[in-house]
Amino acid sequence: MPVLKVENLTKSFGRTHVLKGVSFDLCEGEVLSVIGSSGSGKTTLLRCINQLETANSGRIIVGGRMVFDSSSEKKLTKKEKRENQLQIGLVFQSFNLFPQYTALDNVTLALKSLAKNRTDFRKNRKQIHSEIEDKAKSILMRVGLSDKFYSYPCELSGGQQQRVSIARAMALEPKILFFDEPTSALDPELTGEILKVIRQLASDSMTMVIVTHEMAFAEAVSTKVIFMDDGVIESCGTPNEVFRENPSDRLKEFLRKYE
Amino acid sequence: MSFFEITLILFQGFLVTLRLFALTLLFSLPLGLIISFGSMSKFKLFSIPTKTFVWIIRGTPLMLQIIVVFYVPGMLFNYPIFKDDRFLAALITFVINYAAYFSEIYRGGIESVPKGQYEAGQVLGLTKTQTFFKVVLMQVVKHILPPISNEVITLVKDTSLIRVIAIVELINAAERFIAKEALLWPLFYTGVFYLAFCGILTLFFNFVEKKLDYYKT
Ligand SMILES: Nc1ncnc2c1ncn2[C@@H]1O[C@H](COP(=O)(O)OP(=O)(O)OP(=O)(O)O)[C@@H](O)[C@H]1O
Ligand SMILES: [Mg+2]
Repeated sequence: MPVLKVENLTKSFGRTHVLKGVSFDLCEGEVLSVIGSSGSGKTTLLRCINQLETANSGRIIVGGRMVFDSSSEKKLTKKEKRENQLQIGLVFQSFNLFPQYTALDNVTLALKSLAKNRTDFRKNRKQIHSEIEDKAKSILMRVGLSDKFYSYPCELSGGQQQRVSIARAMALEPKILFFDEPTSALDPELTGEILKVIRQLASDSMTMVIVTHEMAFAEAVSTKVIFMDDGVIESCGTPNEVFRENPSDRLKEFLRKYE
Repeated sequence: MSFFEITLILFQGFLVTLRLFALTLLFSLPLGLIISFGSMSKFKLFSIPTKTFVWIIRGTPLMLQIIVVFYVPGMLFNYPIFKDDRFLAALITFVINYAAYFSEIYRGGIESVPKGQYEAGQVLGLTKTQTFFKVVLMQVVKHILPPISNEVITLVKDTSLIRVIAIVELINAAERFIAKEALLWPLFYTGVFYLAFCGILTLFFNFVEKKLDYYKT
C-alpha cells in the first residue's frame, strides 16, 4: 500500500496549464527525486500535494487518507485539512524560519501548539513542554546543531538555517518529507551539509520527495526518479533506469546542461 | 506675573494638549487597524470606499478638517452639535485623521511579512489565528514601530492646530499673554514643554526598539 498516491493531477493558473495529468505512487521508505527544467511544474506539484495550492482535478491519497478528490462533492473541514497537511513535512527553498524565535523555539512552536489540544495539557503543562523541548533538542542534534539551540536564525549560516528548518519539519513526525530545492538558496560550499543530512535521513528510511537540480545526488540517494517536462512526467523509474539504461531524448537534452 | 505663575497657566494649556494626545492615540490606534483591514480587503465593496476615505483624509490639511468637523454640522442641520464641546470636535477629527495614517502604516507592516511565513505556519499545522498571533504579529510590530513613533511625535505638535477653533491648548495659552500682558516670551517658552515631552517619547520608543533588536528579519 503506497503512502502517497497521485492520480491524474492537473493544475492551471489562469490560462497557464502547469500540471497536465500527473500520476505516481510512492511507497514507505522510498526516496523520490523530481528533476526537470525551470517552469516544468515541480514546485506546483509539491504544493498541490500538501494543499498549499488546490489542484483543478485528480486525486491525492496520503497515508490512506483522501486528501484531494475532484470527483467527490464532500468538502473537508479545516481541521481535517490541517490533519492531512501534518502528514507531510515541507522544507522550503528559502527556509522560512520564524526570525523572532530561537532555533529551538522554531522546532517546538508547532508541537507546543498541538499539545494544547491534549486533555491533560492543563495538568501536565510543565512536563509536556519539557518533553517537547527534549525531543526538539535531540532532533537538532541529529542535524548537527547541538551548539545552536538558542541562536536566532539571523545568527546562523544558510546551511544551518536550512538544517533548523529540516528539524522543524521532522519534529512533527510526518509520514513524508518534501524538499523543494533545499540547497539552491545556499552557497555551493554549504550544499554538502544539507545533502549529508538528507542522506542520513534516507538511511534511516525516511520517505522523502526531493525536488533538486543536483543530478549526482539524485542518482546516489534516491530509489526513484521522476523527470518532469512541461507539466507531465516524461520519464519515471529507478535512477539506473532513468539516467543510464534508456534515457529519453528530452532527458538527454536536459542532462546535457548539467555536464 | 511671576515666572512660576506663567508656568502654571501654560501647564494648564499643556494638560489640554496632553489629553488630546492621549485620547487620540487611545482611539486611533485600534481604529487604524480596522481601516487597514478594510483597505486590504479582497472585496471592492470594502476596499474602494476605505481607500477613497484614506485618500481624502491624507490629502487635506488637518487644520481644514478641524474646521469642517466643527462648523459644517451646524451649517447643515442649522444646529451646532459641538457648540459646547469644541474639544470633542477636535478629538473626533484627530482620531479619524490619525487612524487613516496608522492604517497605512499597519498595511505596510502586514504586507511586509513574506507569504512564506504564513505558508510555514500552515504546513506546520498552525491555525490561521495561531499563525497570526505567534508568527506574524511580532514581525509586524517590529516593522511598524519606527513609522508609528514618527507619527506619535508629529501628533504632539499637531495638537497645537486646535487653537483654530479657539481651544486653549498650550500655544493658545501662551498667545494670550501677548494680548493681555504684552509678553512674547511665554510663547517661546512653550517650546520647552514640547521638547521635553517629545524627548520622553523618543527615549521610550528607542527603548522598545532596542528590546526588539534581538533579531533581524
Ligand atoms: N501562483 C502562481 N500564479 C501564476 N502562475 C504560477 C504560479 N505558480 C507557478 N506558476 C507558473 O507555473 C509554472 C510552473 O512553475 P513551478 O514553480 O511549478 O516550476 P518549477 O518546476 O518548480 O520551476 P523551478 O525549477 O524554476 O523552481 C511557471 O510557468 C510559473 O510561472
Ligand atoms: Mg520550483
